[in-house]
Amino acid sequence: MKAGALQRVMFAVYAVVFFLYLLGPLAVMGVSAFNTPQYPQVWPIEGFTLDWFGLLLADQDMMAGLRMSIWIGFLVVAISVPIGLAGAIVMTQIQARVRSAYYLIVVSPVLTPGIIIGISTVVFWRQFTGQTGTRFLYDGVVLTVLGQASFISAYCMLIILARLQRFDRAQEEAALDLGASYPQVFRHILLPFLKPALASAAVLAFLSSFENYNTTTFSILSDKTLTTVLAGRVRQGTTPAISALAVIIVAVTIVGALAYELYKRRADAAAARRQRAALEEEEAELSGTPAAALA
Amino acid sequence: MSGGLAFVFGLPLAVAIGFYLLAAYERRAGIATGPGFFQRNGLGVGTYLVVAVGFWAFFIILLPQLAMVDMSFRPKLPPAQMGGPKDLYTLENYRYFLFGSTTSTAEWNWLHIKAFFLTIGVSIAITLLNFAISYPLAFHMAQSATPARLRVLLLLLILPYWVNEILRAFAFRVLLSSGGIINQMLMGIGLTSEPIDFLGADVGLYMGLSYAYLLMMIFPLYNAIESLDKNQVEAARDLGAPWWHIHAFIVMPHAKPGIASGCTLVFMLTAGALAAPLVLGGPRTLWFTPIVYDRFYQAFNWPQGAAYAFILLVTCIVFVLVVLKAFRLSLGEITR
Repeated sequence: MKAGALQRVMFAVYAVVFFLYLLGPLAVMGVSAFNTPQYPQVWPIEGFTLDWFGLLLADQDMMAGLRMSIWIGFLVVAISVPIGLAGAIVMTQIQARVRSAYYLIVVSPVLTPGIIIGISTVVFWRQFTGQTGTRFLYDGVVLTVLGQASFISAYCMLIILARLQRFDRAQEEAALDLGASYPQVFRHILLPFLKPALASAAVLAFLSSFENYNTTTFSILSDKTLTTVLAGRVRQGTTPAISALAVIIVAVTIVGALAYELYKRRADAAAARRQRAALEEEEAELSGTPAAALA
Repeated sequence: MSGGLAFVFGLPLAVAIGFYLLAAYERRAGIATGPGFFQRNGLGVGTYLVVAVGFWAFFIILLPQLAMVDMSFRPKLPPAQMGGPKDLYTLENYRYFLFGSTTSTAEWNWLHIKAFFLTIGVSIAITLLNFAISYPLAFHMAQSATPARLRVLLLLLILPYWVNEILRAFAFRVLLSSGGIINQMLMGIGLTSEPIDFLGADVGLYMGLSYAYLLMMIFPLYNAIESLDKNQVEAARDLGAPWWHIHAFIVMPHAKPGIASGCTLVFMLTAGALAAPLVLGGPRTLWFTPIVYDRFYQAFNWPQGAAYAFILLVTCIVFVLVVLKAFRLSLGEITR
């Protein structure tokens, strides 16, 4: 038993070091966002200030970048989720002999470095729009959405595919036997079944788009997103306003995660209550006379 | 270049005809039965599926990659001369990578070659390091943590990754700068009298890179180990297997797909990282991606940049293939 205790202590030490490494940088930013010196500083604490947050909100470029990032994020969701859904459905229907080739092509963007996706998107669309007379499409927002959609659609497809593989074909057959048409099956059986996967795909798509830098920095051309503005700021020099931004993001995350946890607990409790009520009802029905149950 | 447009529209058309013929053949040979594709999905949904997947596969994935490869084999020309008699296929962009000149092969382009191999070597080292750091925690989370603790651990793990990649790199810059808290602590306990230049020595860059993609290692590992039946570990322990036997012969073989997928993801992301080298690298830092970036936006030599990007892409493909071969896995097993 002694060896077991030693192992536990070793693991505890390892876990503490691990999370210090993981959360230390966040703590550094958290402290320096409220400390007064011009350069982000943790120690000594010279005074408490909220100026850096004000400076951040007054930063026009940063705010414009933030709006642009949110806008691009919505566009990416609007494109990637439908593409991912189509990709997943096609995966289940495509001929077996070409399935692995198809899989290789659509999953390849996940395994391709982001800068290469950005470069190739710009190179291709510059030539394509030049030759087809659609120069207006050669635009930072359009290219960024297309570039990001390549791998984000693949993420969406993998998420949706995981749920699609648990789909019971019998449901589809039952609906068809009852006279539903194929489009009706798609709308009323398949889409509702996939709804949770579609929702998580949408959230993931937005987040991946929002924080993408490698692809965006090439494909955004002369426009600016939050990440490209940030990269410029950080390279020029560091101010605690950047720490303030990190603090805001972390705060939003924690609030979001807590809200989700609460919502889930409530939903679980409600589901348990409903189940109990249904069971009680059933019991009452069984114990009562058949006539009473019918009435 | 006008041939390019014919190719752009011809390739999807050819593939569509190929699918039509394949379907007709399978039907004739009796391999495919039941309703056809459009019968099964309805005309509307069927069209949506074909258009969405076709646009994605060709116009977002395949054609851009091919355009980049094509460009990398062309000389740098002013727009007016593109498609003209001088627009011939050439290896000069690759020659530049190796020799630092588009014509002479007298001297090696050591700066770029060194940066390339350093990037690959360091990426492999960081991949192994991240595996070593992540494995114990992933095993604990998958096999012995209680549900409540698991939820806390997951939250703690994900939290730093909501913060942007650039901000994370920035945090390391603050942490390791000469007036930063680490140097203050080291000087405080008297280990050193002068601040250590962590950033100049690239320690910051390597730490930042390792930190940036830790999660990409933990989650595949966790998923793979979680599917292992706890009884197997228990049985081995009861039979007297030492702990390292349990890991080497039971857990790791079972978690093989997760290990492979974590390793390929971390390697590829590290080798292709741009944010961390830009933020944490010093003026003398050697890393391949900023060189690629500079080909485009400092040298304005797009064909050369395309060639450099293609070199990086080929390297990543080779790495993925080697890992798959070494672990005897298929691509489908690691991208789960």
